[in-house]
Amino acid sequence: VAEFSASEMMIAAAARQLAGKRVCFVGVGLPNIAVNLAARTVAPDLELVYEAGVFGARPARLPLSIGDPTIVTGATASVSMFELFAFYLQGGLIDVGFLGGAQIDRWGNLNTTVIGSYDAPAVRLPGSGGACEIAINAREVFVIMRQGVRSFVDELDFQTSPGALAARSSTDASAGRRPGAGPTVVVTDLAVHRFDGSGEMVVASLHPGVTREQLRGAMAWEPRWADALGTTEPPSEVELRLIRTELDPAGVYTR
Amino acid sequence: MRSKVVPMRDAIRDLVRDGDTVAIEGFTHLISFAAGHEIIRQGRRDLTLARLTPDLVYDQMIAAGVARKLLFSWLGNPGVGSLHAIRRRIEADAPGPERIEIEEYSHFGMVGRYTAGASNLPFFPLRSYVDSDMPKANPLIRQIASPYGDDIVYAVPPLKPDVTIVHAQRASAGGDTQVWGLVGCQKEAAFAAERVIVVVEELVDESVIRADPNRTLIPGLIVDAVVVEPWGAHPSYAQGFYDRDNTFYLEWDAVSRDPDRLDAWLSEWVLGVSGRAEYLEKLGAERLAGLRPGAAPSGEVDYGAYR
Repeated sequence: VAEFSASEMMIAAAARQLAGKRVCFVGVGLPNIAVNLAARTVAPDLELVYEAGVFGARPARLPLSIGDPTIVTGATASVSMFELFAFYLQGGLIDVGFLGGAQIDRWGNLNTTVIGSYDAPAVRLPGSGGACEIAINAREVFVIMRQGVRSFVDELDFQTSPGALAARSSTDASAGRRPGAGPTVVVTDLAVHRFDGSGEMVVASLHPGVTREQLRGAMAWEPRWADALGTTEPPSEVELRLIRTELDPAGVYTR
Repeated sequence: MRSKVVPMRDAIRDLVRDGDTVAIEGFTHLISFAAGHEIIRQGRRDLTLARLTPDLVYDQMIAAGVARKLLFSWLGNPGVGSLHAIRRRIEADAPGPERIEIEEYSHFGMVGRYTAGASNLPFFPLRSYVDSDMPKANPLIRQIASPYGDDIVYAVPPLKPDVTIVHAQRASAGGDTQVWGLVGCQKEAAFAAERVIVVVEELVDESVIRADPNRTLIPGLIVDAVVVEPWGAHPSYAQGFYDRDNTFYLEWDAVSRDPDRLDAWLSEWVLGVSGRAEYLEKLGAERLAGLRPGAAPSGEVDYGAYR
């Protein structure tokens, strides 16, 4: 097996989750690489949707920003943001939305707004952008983020985007107004997490070389382990070659 | 049609007033830095600045002291990191500069606000914000019941800027404006506004517009001024004309992190030049040439002649 970085493992594991998916809402950075890897491997018919207003993008280079001109040239459709959010997203056409965050809790709720209080934050983060509506309207959400005690927290400082629908639907009447299921998988640099029937995060597999103790030390709550806890399949030669030669040759996101 | 072509200096002098709500729209694409810089040079104060993504243009304008309030949905340097000048005016322990008031939405919320403003409606309904803390942080995001059954959705209020400023590839002298590439929410923001300034790469004859009416984003009917300012969106981009100057965006991080460096940058690149032409001269032909894309022309369509 070839040497690989934790980021390459995270990207390969995230890309594989897209097998069989058709329409995916892409973010910049890690999600963008993961989705473009999936389109070249497990999901050749994947349609890439960017919140900037592009359906069916075929980026010829790694877009630095969410609105890079390369996502327009050669795309199926360039549309207004109204059309993108109203018809494509809220209209129910998005299978998977990718999100990340500064903080996540065991229910998959995400914070991208502030560390500290909203009115006098210690750190002001970017806020929602399209994340709140993606979390609510995409059929399911894949979360990709680095894992540690400061990011996998007991309680969020601010809930920007709601988590697993199952965690709400038992207690909250408003859950019925959410069209999507929320997060179904969380891929980190250490593990793949899924959600059980009650909407709580369960460790599904540890990446090669990661121990249970190591993962426990990288989250604030006591992890729940899948009965059939596995080891994540390491990145294949093909996946590594695509990441290194085509998707992130400069190693901006993967080294 | 009467020509609306004026220099940038006149457009800002006549159409942007202290205390105005100003929207310089364009999602990553076609951001009128030229207009933002002119607003700084003319020393406007107490503006409410609206934009989905404040981007570098509002980091610069807010650092220069033109604004008292910011309406937004994603506050960052796209693909790079933070807008430090704005963060310094929001965060609790931020030293020095005066704090700025914020009013925060999601992207679709901001688009909905312009849409309600443009269509003269009292609110825009959307399914966002369920199980989010955003309505607690911003009480203008409110729940409403559907009049047709038991559905409940959220609503955002109309946004009607005093002035909307958009950059575009081309317009006629009368203000008929055509855009290709990402169109963001410029149409909604323009129709919602009391006054509209269009800044273009190229001034074209009305016949060019009429040869391709599907590409018209904004009609001259709602445009007050047309400013011809090639490269006026730099360091953002104009599809087909020039690429985003990603080096600038990357380097801005260190500049905006340091208030002294930021002041020096504003003095040199905004206050120290008379306008965009001088800014471009300083930037240099080589820097600009490196941003020119290769060619990827669209196919032509035949609208047909019907007599």
